[in-house]
Amino acid sequence: MTFPFRHSLIGSALAGAALFAMPAAASTVRWNMTPGVTEISRAVYDLHMLIFWICVAIGVVVFGAMLISIVLHRKSRGVTPATFHESTKLEIVWTLIPLGILIGMAVPATNVLVQMYDTGGEDMVVEVRGYQWRWEYKYLDDDLNERLSFFSNLSTPRDQILGQAEKGEHYLLEVDNPLVIPINRKVRFLLTSNDVIHAWWVPDFALKRDAIPGFINDIWTIVDEPGIYRGQCAELCGIDHGFMPIVVHALPEDEFDAWYAEQLELARADGERLEEEIAHEWSGEELFARGEGVYATHCVGCHQADGQGVPPAFPALAGSALVTGDLEAHMDVVYHGRPGTAMQAFGPVLDPVDMASVIHFQRKAFGHANGELVEPIDVIRFAETQ
Amino acid sequence: MSAVIDAHHDDHDHGPAKGITRWLYTTNHKDIGSMYLWFSFIMFLAGGVMALVIRAELFQPGQSFVDPHFFNQMTTMHGLVMVFGAIMPAFVGLANWMLPMMVGAPDMALPRMNNLSFWILPFASALLISTLFMEGGGPDFGWTLYAPLSTTYGPPSTTFVIFAIHLLGASSIMGAINIIATILNMRAPGMTLMKMPMFVWTWLITAYLLIAVMPVLAGAVTMMLFDIHFGTSFFDAAGGGDPVLFQHIFWFFGHPEVYIMILPAFGIVSHVIPAFSRKKLFGYDSMVYATSSIAFLSFIVWAHHMFTVGMPLAGQLFFMYATMLIAVPTGVKVFNWISTMWQGAMTFETPMLFALAFVFLFTVGGFSGVMLAIAPADYQYHDTYFVVAHFHYVLVSGALFSIFCAVYFWLPKWTGHMYSEALGKVHFWLSFIGVNIAFFPMHFSGLAGMPRRIPDYALQFANFNAWSTVGAFIFGLSQLLFLYVVIQSIRGGQKATAQVWDGAEGLEWTVPSPAPYHTFSTPPQLK
Repeated sequence: MTFPFRHSLIGSALAGAALFAMPAAASTVRWNMTPGVTEISRAVYDLHMLIFWICVAIGVVVFGAMLISIVLHRKSRGVTPATFHESTKLEIVWTLIPLGILIGMAVPATNVLVQMYDTGGEDMVVEVRGYQWRWEYKYLDDDLNERLSFFSNLSTPRDQILGQAEKGEHYLLEVDNPLVIPINRKVRFLLTSNDVIHAWWVPDFALKRDAIPGFINDIWTIVDEPGIYRGQCAELCGIDHGFMPIVVHALPEDEFDAWYAEQLELARADGERLEEEIAHEWSGEELFARGEGVYATHCVGCHQADGQGVPPAFPALAGSALVTGDLEAHMDVVYHGRPGTAMQAFGPVLDPVDMASVIHFQRKAFGHANGELVEPIDVIRFAETQ
Repeated sequence: MSAVIDAHHDDHDHGPAKGITRWLYTTNHKDIGSMYLWFSFIMFLAGGVMALVIRAELFQPGQSFVDPHFFNQMTTMHGLVMVFGAIMPAFVGLANWMLPMMVGAPDMALPRMNNLSFWILPFASALLISTLFMEGGGPDFGWTLYAPLSTTYGPPSTTFVIFAIHLLGASSIMGAINIIATILNMRAPGMTLMKMPMFVWTWLITAYLLIAVMPVLAGAVTMMLFDIHFGTSFFDAAGGGDPVLFQHIFWFFGHPEVYIMILPAFGIVSHVIPAFSRKKLFGYDSMVYATSSIAFLSFIVWAHHMFTVGMPLAGQLFFMYATMLIAVPTGVKVFNWISTMWQGAMTFETPMLFALAFVFLFTVGGFSGVMLAIAPADYQYHDTYFVVAHFHYVLVSGALFSIFCAVYFWLPKWTGHMYSEALGKVHFWLSFIGVNIAFFPMHFSGLAGMPRRIPDYALQFANFNAWSTVGAFIFGLSQLLFLYVVIQSIRGGQKATAQVWDGAEGLEWTVPSPAPYHTFSTPPQLK
């Protein structure tokens, strides 16, 4: 275990004390902003340190004067208080000197900001779309048409969060499908959201920008070093705000190109497989088995394995009007979600086979519907009317 | 001659009514001031318990005590309760008690409205807190209420939160009108504006800020209400609205709001530091001008809370420059306080300790404020624990310490007894140490990359968070000692003189301790 003292108050205090005493010993714990791996991130780090040291210098003067006064000008030393109480000259001096210092800070800050806003001339474009509570990455071609897309979900197992298993090295900072980008190329990100405001932040790139529903923000980066870079959503976006990390793999250009070509090929094969699956004659057992798996991935967190949910926030499915009633209404809820609740829209998340099978599973397992199959073609027909 | 007339008036004085009606019907500024202070202390404890729930959950990684949904309700309510229930009413309570005595007035200008503006508060706050027990839970979208998380995706109880905010706002506006009317109309003869005590000046400016921005907040939450219930789309892009519009409106209120919570604090320490340095406040005029400049600037910096929403470059630059400018008048104030101490004859009673800690720690918060103002660097700080550290340094060791400072300073005048200096000092040191253990490590966790408002975190933040939790519990529990010291001073103790502190100046020290139920029925004559 990396953090041996996690289990008691005293232990943590000791661990902390040890850290304060010898920060060099704790190589894994970062105390300061990362200089990062891009020209911009290093400029931001330098700016941060510049302002920090200026503040330290001012602090030494100001707190020094205060301390001298506290030590020397105390009644117990038998001093008589002076009577001066104004000086226009001094007031002007300590208005102008800070003003000068601030201008000195503003100049480099402006330069870095102007550089950050230079979003043109990109080599590739990735659309980043926030969802409650996952990210979707879409690789766009030169005409901004989608070539490749996938979702990126937290991959830390729940039992680690609940303390039933030892926490891994990248606890809460690991995903199933990381974003992959090439180094040394200008990557432009178009940020938007499907529901509430999220913020996409990778500290090593010094990039943080809000993903706002209905609007598009753009940022860019050129990464210098290959590596795995981790970040998190930085804008409160609901219950699982703390559980939608960002992982970026930066690959050398040729490796990226190979990866991208492979992904395109896999996507094409996936599309073919999906078409085959849709065309397939699904039996009730097949649908049930597939749906059970989909349910375990996407639904079980709220509605629970037995379908009893956690009312009132997460209503029970078992025996509910939804799973026993009209199929169209059931599909509508799964497809569009229930606005204003934790129930998200699965229309953009699940393919027709997964959608059909999970609805079938829910109706069969929790609604005791007999015989009625929910097939992929039903979902496709439903989606066409939307 | 005048003494004879005063005595005649005193014959007609009547004391407080008996029983509960004294508090329900009172129009006496001292009674209402006391009620404000007690109310704010209760809310401070309530908000504090919520903070301790947050800190307990964050003591170590993993889900330990509360689920993320309840955690979000705690962060939201902690913010709302502390801002609207604890800090603001405490300053209004101090204003009620002290402003009439400082300007030589018999009472507030509008005593019945004063009663109403207090009595709205307990009901509004009860309504706010009751949402925690409603179906679907209380507000879980942060005290900043960002749409569409608070509108389309908010719990049903949001409607009650909106109503509570309307009520709290109405109370604040009435309080502010009352304060302005009192200061502008009821000063003793000879007290010109530039002779007013600093607490009076800072509250006058604060009251104008309140009147200017509370209606803006009311507008923002009303638009939320319409989006939720009446099919409008102010903040919904699908209907032609803009979620970022909410943030602009909210922070147009929100930034002056943070000065509403700090300007009266500036006033308080401008009384306490001269009193215990036995030397007049340095640069009175420039203090007044600096306060006014800060108030003006507070209206044109709001979007520095929104550097990451994707404003155009020109907008980023404007808000960055304007924000940096605030450092100038704030610096002037700090320099003036230190010049006041310089070559004084200082003693270090509890109020002075809190005032010195205020100057020190508020300046630390000011430094992180300057860092946050630098837009390109703010991309790394924004919505991290660095911001949490910053605003707790200015609001806890800033605003709240100044309230402790004021209470210890004026408590003998209110109760007629000296408080226990030894216990006061223990309270100070526990608070000072607790605050720093709680909030200083947050600078590190923020810089290292920990976002705020998360119920669980990656392992590299574990030690910082453990420290913060330890500090928060030290700070939180030591406030029970404060309660004990105050009650002890109410019940008895060494009799206080009228002057109380040998270096203190102002009309409030010319009346006996405890201050009679009615003071300055006849206006005092200023030299």
